[in-house]
Amino acid sequence: MSENKKWMPRWFYQLASPRWSYEIMGKLLPGFAVAATLLLIGGIIWALAFAPEDYQQGNSFRIIYIHVPSAILAQSCYMLMAVAGAIGLIWKMKVADMVAKSCAPIGASIAILALATGAIWGKPTWGSWWVWDARLTSMLILLFLYLGVIALHSAIESEATAAQSSAVLALVGLVNIPIIKYSVDWWNTLHQPATFTLTERPAMPAEMWVPLLIMVIGFYCFFAVSLMMRTRNEILHRERRSSWVRELIEKR
Amino acid sequence: MEQILTNERSDSAENTLMGLFWAVLKRDLMLAYRKKSDLFNPLVFFLMVATLFPLGVSPEPDFLAEVAPGVVWVAALLATLLSMDSLFRSDFEDGTLEQTLLSPQPLFVIVLSKVLAHWMMSGLPLTLLAPLLGVMLFLPAEGMSGLMLSLLLGTPTLSLVGAIGAALTVGLRKGGVLISLLVLPLYIPVLIFGTSAVQAAVTGLPLAGFFALLGAMLALGVVMAPLAIAAALRISVSG
Repeated sequence: MSENKKWMPRWFYQLASPRWSYEIMGKLLPGFAVAATLLLIGGIIWALAFAPEDYQQGNSFRIIYIHVPSAILAQSCYMLMAVAGAIGLIWKMKVADMVAKSCAPIGASIAILALATGAIWGKPTWGSWWVWDARLTSMLILLFLYLGVIALHSAIESEATAAQSSAVLALVGLVNIPIIKYSVDWWNTLHQPATFTLTERPAMPAEMWVPLLIMVIGFYCFFAVSLMMRTRNEILHRERRSSWVRELIEKR
Repeated sequence: MEQILTNERSDSAENTLMGLFWAVLKRDLMLAYRKKSDLFNPLVFFLMVATLFPLGVSPEPDFLAEVAPGVVWVAALLATLLSMDSLFRSDFEDGTLEQTLLSPQPLFVIVLSKVLAHWMMSGLPLTLLAPLLGVMLFLPAEGMSGLMLSLLLGTPTLSLVGAIGAALTVGLRKGGVLISLLVLPLYIPVLIFGTSAVQAAVTGLPLAGFFALLGAMLALGVVMAPLAIAAALRISVSG
């Protein structure tokens, strides 16, 4: 163990303490909330009012500023849930379990947002609300994976067992996500390729993708705020018998 | 039998890993053989689901021939899913599972053997029965070999992945519906490549690629799934 402690930073072990995590999240929360508000409001005004029209799709393309950030975030949120679940399994950290539990409903609602905006965008562009296209389908399957994790968590009464079981399921899902993605890709493709890739410059002009990037970062900040609020609630609920939570409540 | 359930390690030749594997396989097959309803119910279900499609959609031979690969595969998938819940259930209820977890033998091997026994009692009969459904649904004769081979390669993966769901829900009283929720999304790649292989066989396209992909998924499943199943069993039983 002593060797382990050398390569794992100190703050990592401190995160295992619910009280410490509660306090550090309380300190981070206002900053992220301000950043999320500014970025989302600024980004949406730029995107809806000032970004140029698409030469083929006209104004209907502007839904991309909600659709793409939510689609990216829905996938990252699953990764975070699986990683937090793995940390909970390996180091038996209660806080990691709580983060994983808080991720599931947020991720599911963001996946629904991505699917809904995709459907609304599909109507003027492809002429139908839903097509069995590869990326729509893999997002739908991602939503199913989220729903499975939520269902399993709520079916098990003991919190510790529920957290471990859903972590195993999330990890199995994580291994499967690339397989599902490629299988669905080969099966049928109508959707345009990914808007952002790490290696290439976007194909759209800067006036279009800069607001999109702002919206993506804004979505991440919003996700951080919502995740921290949920996790803080979860910490208070699970630690309700400990003395520091009682003191905190008596102070109010 | 006694060898599996004892806590002491003995050094006899029969107590190697292969010996353990065969002992668990023999025990599970014998249990399944003595409880025949568990063996036949999924098969009957498989036949009935396939019967519903001509009744519900259309009895036209041309139409049925077109949808046959998908219908047979979906029916096989649902029948496997239906049989999944019983995989660890009776062992859990009579305490055998707890003893298995306490034993010094590697859980990986025991779990793999149990899944193989389960597949021999569900996936293999389904594969053998599939041509009958193919004929009922007017699947062209060229597609039969593709159908059987794809099921032969695909149903073990279905059993392995389904066993993860069964292991996660074994401690719950109402595991049945929950398993489907957990496992169905994970079955999708197998379904896609399985039906694609049959369709390719019908139209005379090369099949090797689809079989390679199904085989790759099976190989991945054999290596990874028992780890997840073993972890899930430990969590479910201790919790």
